[in-house]
Amino acid sequence: MAAISREEVAHLARLSRLAVTEEELDTFAGQLDVILQSVAQVGEVAAADIPPTSHSVPLTNVLREDVVVPGLTPQEALSGAPDAEEQRFRVPRILDEDVAS
Amino acid sequence: MTTTLPAYDDVVARYEPVIGLETHVELGTNTKMFCGCPTDFGGEPNTRVCPVCLGLPGSLPVANKAAIEATIRIGLALNCSIAEWCRFARKNYFYPDMPKNFQISQYDEPLCVDGYLDVEVNGETVRIGIERVHLEEDTGKTLHVGGATGRIHGATESLVDYNRAGIPLVEIVTRPIPGTAALAPEVARAYVTELRDVIRSLGVSDVRMEEGSLRCDVNTSLNRPGEEWGTRTETKNVNSLRSVERAVRSEMLRQASVLDAGGRITQETRHFHEDTGDTTPGRSKETATDYRYFPEPDLVPLAPDVAWVTELKAALPELPRLHRRRLQREWGLSDLDMQSVLNAGAVELIEATVAAGATPAAARKWWLGELSRRANEAGIELADVGATPSQVAELQGLVDAGKLNDKLARVVLEGVVAGEGSPTEIMANRNLEVVSDTGALTAAVDEAIAANPDVADKVRSGKVAAAGALVGAVMKTTRGQADAKTVRELILERLGVKG
Repeated sequence: MAAISREEVAHLARLSRLAVTEEELDTFAGQLDVILQSVAQVGEVAAADIPPTSHSVPLTNVLREDVVVPGLTPQEALSGAPDAEEQRFRVPRILDEDVAS
Repeated sequence: MTTTLPAYDDVVARYEPVIGLETHVELGTNTKMFCGCPTDFGGEPNTRVCPVCLGLPGSLPVANKAAIEATIRIGLALNCSIAEWCRFARKNYFYPDMPKNFQISQYDEPLCVDGYLDVEVNGETVRIGIERVHLEEDTGKTLHVGGATGRIHGATESLVDYNRAGIPLVEIVTRPIPGTAALAPEVARAYVTELRDVIRSLGVSDVRMEEGSLRCDVNTSLNRPGEEWGTRTETKNVNSLRSVERAVRSEMLRQASVLDAGGRITQETRHFHEDTGDTTPGRSKETATDYRYFPEPDLVPLAPDVAWVTELKAALPELPRLHRRRLQREWGLSDLDMQSVLNAGAVELIEATVAAGATPAAARKWWLGELSRRANEAGIELADVGATPSQVAELQGLVDAGKLNDKLARVVLEGVVAGEGSPTEIMANRNLEVVSDTGALTAAVDEAIAANPDVADKVRSGKVAAAGALVGAVMKTTRGQADAKTVRELILERLGVKG
């Protein structure tokens, strides 16, 4: 059985705002399936006594003090933006969607 | 579509509400959650940004220690357990309010879990279960522009300011709250009020709903007695304490009318409208985005050790509920009197006035009397009325020292509220001090006696009550700046009558 279906790839493409053609869906579904199957091999050797790893370094509590550090000027901040207006980033309006949180 | 809503009493007789609240609090740290950009409110667009909060390639976040501590303190104040180990998570979504295309949040491993907050409603204590308290980052602000009509719906573009993006945001989620029946709206309001007071007492946020540093989403569902809980809706955009109460009530009425008509409640986000008090549908939860949470690889896990948490716990201030009880005892107030102090928003003001030297009774008299009246008339909060606790204490000190009588004190207070300076300055500038110069008073008394020989005779013949007219005459010549009791004594003395 495939590790990822064509529908799941279409769903992910939509969430990622990627315009994917029907042909590409077939191609990507096949390629992603190979990747997922390869990664799944890790699961075969992982024993119950090996905890899942989310970080490769054994560190915790890396924190910084609450001290202001100079950042960018608005000109610097907007210099890489495709478009700007009123010192703000200008982007196409995305309709009918809510903000996070 | 116009539907007649059922009566509230009728709704709560037939349905049981279950409510739940999600509250977001912007922390008052100096810097953002994962970078050193300042967090102060306002400011020109995109002046508080850096590669980290703009999500530029190669930048790496580092968590703000003060924000972690503030969240743990909130958790402790809400009687939560603090996770021994937890991680941040990426919440993935495509919307320009976050430049990274994800928000760093916490998902299945919140920093604080399983707490409660006791709130008082109508003299009864209701225990609100707290499911979780977690830490995330706030989003940027979008401004929708363009389009032929210039209206929001016709907007074609969004302008984004990332000053707010990355400010530490604490989310506090209650467990579902059943069993509150007709009191559901008041319980919701009491909870948010108490939560606000707790957080303010910790000094970790200014918790101002009007500025958005405290934001609230309200979940509401209805079920018939004995049945399973109903489908809930989530009302957003609830921006004042009063609105919390109105939003629950309005949603209960709306859901009841749908259920009465045999309809079903759709699980959805609804938006509260301050002007009408109604809610309108927003995004349907069934089509809600799949956020594909996964552990944030750029931040190492948090593992608050016991010593750190113990230290933070030991440093918690006295929490508002206990603090209020202690003040009530110290001030010798009945429950009813304390309630009126609370309702007037005068607890902290009276406390500060007492600390500045006034007696609790005098402090309460000024704040609940003259100053509350002025605040009500102006439609403003008592704290914004224009007088400070130290000024009120100073005013009372002048009264106690016999320099002002009650009437003059009110005039001086008027000057204080108008910003004319300190009570002592106003008294001097407006020449309002009580005439205590006995020579001047005696002259005024003699003058009044000479001008009213008939009255004076009456008093001499024993009709002491008639002296009132002479007191009035003296008060008139001294323009109210004499102590009436002293004047009366002086008149009787001059007329050779015992008081």
